[in-house]
Amino acid sequence: MNLAVRDIRHNAGRFAFTSVGIGLLLMMVMGMGGIYRGLIHEATLLVDRVGADLWMVQGSTRGPFAEVSRIPATLEDRARAVPGVAEARCFVSHTIQRQHHGRPLRMVVQGLSWPEDRGDWVPLVAGRPLRQAHYEMIADQSLKLPLGSRLRLAKDEYEVVGLTHGMVGSSGDGLAFFTVSDAISIQFDQPGEAVRLERAARRARVEGVDLGRLQPLLLDRAEGLSSGIPALPAPQVSAVLITLRPGADAAEVRRTLGTWPDISVYSTQEMRELLLSGMVDKARRQLGLFRTLLIIISTIIIALIIYTLTLDKIRDIALLKLIGARNTVIGGLILQQALLMGAVGYGLAWWIGRHAFPHFPRLVLIDPADLASLALIVVVISTLASLLGIWKAMRVEPNTVLSA
Amino acid sequence: MNAEASSPTPAVEVTHLRKVYGGGRTEVVAMRDASLSIAPGEIVGMFGPSGSGKSTLLTAMALINPPTSGQIRIAGTPVMDGPQALVDLRAFRRQHLGFVFQKANLIPFLTALENVQIAMEVNDVPPKEARRRALELLRYLGVEARAGNLPVALSGGEQQRVAVARALANEPSLILADEPTAALDRTLGRQVMELFAKIAHERHAGVLVVTHDHRTLDVFDRILDVEDGMIKVRAVPHPPTP
Repeated sequence: MNLAVRDIRHNAGRFAFTSVGIGLLLMMVMGMGGIYRGLIHEATLLVDRVGADLWMVQGSTRGPFAEVSRIPATLEDRARAVPGVAEARCFVSHTIQRQHHGRPLRMVVQGLSWPEDRGDWVPLVAGRPLRQAHYEMIADQSLKLPLGSRLRLAKDEYEVVGLTHGMVGSSGDGLAFFTVSDAISIQFDQPGEAVRLERAARRARVEGVDLGRLQPLLLDRAEGLSSGIPALPAPQVSAVLITLRPGADAAEVRRTLGTWPDISVYSTQEMRELLLSGMVDKARRQLGLFRTLLIIISTIIIALIIYTLTLDKIRDIALLKLIGARNTVIGGLILQQALLMGAVGYGLAWWIGRHAFPHFPRLVLIDPADLASLALIVVVISTLASLLGIWKAMRVEPNTVLSA
Repeated sequence: MNAEASSPTPAVEVTHLRKVYGGGRTEVVAMRDASLSIAPGEIVGMFGPSGSGKSTLLTAMALINPPTSGQIRIAGTPVMDGPQALVDLRAFRRQHLGFVFQKANLIPFLTALENVQIAMEVNDVPPKEARRRALELLRYLGVEARAGNLPVALSGGEQQRVAVARALANEPSLILADEPTAALDRTLGRQVMELFAKIAHERHAGVLVVTHDHRTLDVFDRILDVEDGMIKVRAVPHPPTP
């Protein structure tokens, strides 16, 4: 006869309420783990999907995911000349926030190196990759920009030609793919007044030097387009992505590129680790501490409720002792109740989480291994929680029945 | 003073039992040199005012309150020598003793049947066999129809009958009853006392009933009075049934 089940049936209401509470706590523990997994997934999504073997970034920096990285776009051509390199692409990535239909719209602007890269590798759920060098974009569904809609950015209007699902940056903002030149235009857009002031300042600087006074043509140039002034640097990109030829010696290519003093080179795995060891690592520790606290709280709650349930039936336990029940029967009753409470709480956590997590603003990724480890944790905390009740039950004297 | 039965292997035999609570200036002698023997099939009533030592004697015989000195033998087995246990007391209780209290003390989350069944299961009787025997006992005590009911749905008399069934579960050598009719009306109290007499005589268990109810004196084979920790034989209403 299972005494634990019969007692629970008798105290069904209290057991159910407590189990729901435990379930919600465990759901939060589960969710914390899921948020961490989601962070990793989102943070590394681009690095994993973009399909580069090597990343060239600004010298002595850790790349665009760790800090600001600026390298000339011409590095793309230099890299192509290195033996073993099949393809080199410019990589531009920056986050912008604009007002769109009265709501803030945050997105990670991602540059595709047109015409080599039209976004064919981007997993689309609707629409198509880019087909022209300008004014087209692929947007993630989280940006809530429908296919065919138009979005004004900088001084141009872009049409959404493709949609992705779940393509977000490490901050959780949806990715939007443009050609590199469009991405740069969006990044370095300045208001007309700022451009006019800059041109006037350039003219003033040229007028202040002898060359400007001797060469009036320079004054006209100074007032013209920035791109028409050879002395000004070309637009810069965040990184250059390199794809190696099949069978190429990656170490050799990397050694060659490593001799260039203006850049640093990382493999995709290194870029991934840099990403995870920075922002994600702190988040991991933060979430880990919260999980630990929630697990401790769950243990205390289970322990207290089991202790209360034990106190409620202290006379019954004394009676069981009087009629000769072994300690294993009495301890088993309490332990089984704690384990049942943990199991029901775990089941509820899984069920509630399954329905609730998809509605969270950021990805909550529940890993089967995490579910298994949480199940093990629940067994351990339920066992620990039962100890207080068992300790109390073991101290009860059988003659409590007579004195009551 | 001693209260001895004539059976060669008594259901219980208490010899020179003494129980002292506390020590020094706060010392209280609850039981002084008490000796008692109850034969199988004998029902003995024990009377006495509050604080006379009845409960001390009962709990000592129930093996839950070790005496300061003296010996206790149950079904011929020495179980206590002073405060020293000579056997595994809990195992001995489940195999040889049955208990009935003033209140039925049924486990509230078990049905009447399960309350009887659990007493057998803790004594390693297989569940199916325990269930069959528990039903038999409930039938014997006339409460079979309430087997599936929780204690809360039973009347006081029905609860006490289930408690008696539980006490009989493992066919004990000795049944100890502590004021089993105190919570019952006169008719029910009488029925329960007659039930104890029937059990003693039909099942050959020694039955010791601590009671204040003088209306049921005739059911006892022997009556003992306890005063100031000493046992006195008051009367023998009729000869003990072997």
